[in-house]
Amino acid sequence: MRRHHAHLSDEALVALVARGDEDALAELYDRVGRVAYGLALRVLRDERHAEDAVQEAFLQVWRSAATFRAERAKASTWILTLVHRRAVDLVRREERRQADPLTDDSAAGVGREETDEAAWLRFERERVQAALKQLPDVQREALELAYYGGFSQSELAERLGVPLGTIKSRMFAGLARLRELLDDSTQEGSWKPEFTS
Amino acid sequence: MEAGIHELTAGYALDALDPDERRAYEAHLAGCERCQQELASFWESTEALAVAASGPAPSPALRERILADVRTEPPQNVVPLESRRRRTVPVLAAVAAVAAVVALALGTWATSMSSDLDETRDALARERAAAAIVADPTSRTVEMAPGAGRLVVGVDGQAALVLPDLGEAPAGKTYQAWVIEDGNPISAGTFPGEYGTDVVLLDGDVAEGEVVAVTLEKAGGAKTPSLPPVVESDPV
Repeated sequence: MRRHHAHLSDEALVALVARGDEDALAELYDRVGRVAYGLALRVLRDERHAEDAVQEAFLQVWRSAATFRAERAKASTWILTLVHRRAVDLVRREERRQADPLTDDSAAGVGREETDEAAWLRFERERVQAALKQLPDVQREALELAYYGGFSQSELAERLGVPLGTIKSRMFAGLARLRELLDDSTQEGSWKPEFTS
Repeated sequence: MEAGIHELTAGYALDALDPDERRAYEAHLAGCERCQQELASFWESTEALAVAASGPAPSPALRERILADVRTEPPQNVVPLESRRRRTVPVLAAVAAVAAVVALALGTWATSMSSDLDETRDALARERAAAAIVADPTSRTVEMAPGAGRLVVGVDGQAALVLPDLGEAPAGKTYQAWVIEDGNPISAGTFPGEYGTDVVLLDGDVAEGEVVAVTLEKAGGAKTPSLPPVVESDPV
């Protein structure tokens, strides 16, 4: 089945969503939904709750697409931010937080007949995980407990027994360093497949 | 306090602020370009963290639930592309506040596409500009016939076409858009056509009373339009 909107950029899709185009929302879901669900599942540890978080976030996308600055921003970041916010709000409300270290077997469900897009996602995931491993332990821990565990900065300071200012600077340094590492590994010549083949 | 609030950017990007801090930061963010830029940069890292968490695909039922949600959503929440609109339309009735703040904050950075060819980058920039016109609820929408196409004209006269199902131009041919002013057609650019919906930025502005038409021409485009047009708008 050919996808009707497959040639449009994410940002053009958001513009069409702002005009009530359901197919455009479906295409955005097809592009971002898998990462969105993986993220929500990682935070919430429950398939049903993760699906709810993704569903609510996409409804927000539908309602507020017109507020998105299409000419200047990346749509996937916006959507994932909405999904994450929703998941963290849910996990804090339900006190279901856990924060295991990131394991490499989270890909177990990637099918045997891997599509190009799934292959690209796996490649990207491995690239980010490799970058994460290069961070100092305390920075990686701060990022993972906050982003995957849903802990706030003040909760983390208490949990880890360090001053709040230390937590803030670990997060700041960790995010900045991660970005540098990812930029470097992009320049080393990662491949990006053509999905049209 | 000022210096203190800048330091919340990393925590905000990670959704690791307490609710009162989050509100204070969002209030600050709207007017602070430095924080907007820093946040955009940090969000690239958090998007990478999201990718790192990816695993099994969600159940196909989730896609159906989301689309079912959308179909039952009251229509006043979106500005449909269906009807003709005046220059002033009410602000969207129901805008999710969080999404609005996030979208605003995302404002100031352009995605880096260092490995892309200039041509691709230019095409993307044009598509983004067209998307901005289409997304803007203050733009006017004019019907195109035959079919369900629309001409969308921004307040400043910049315009875009949204053409479902035009299809790819035949081999050796191209689509060409024309702005017709008092019967005098001026080329507004060529485009190849796609399977699915085309979103096309027009060269030049479109003014009150003018008509936009699309013709099929030889590759490279023509100096004057070959009639009849494939689609044509009502007068703007």
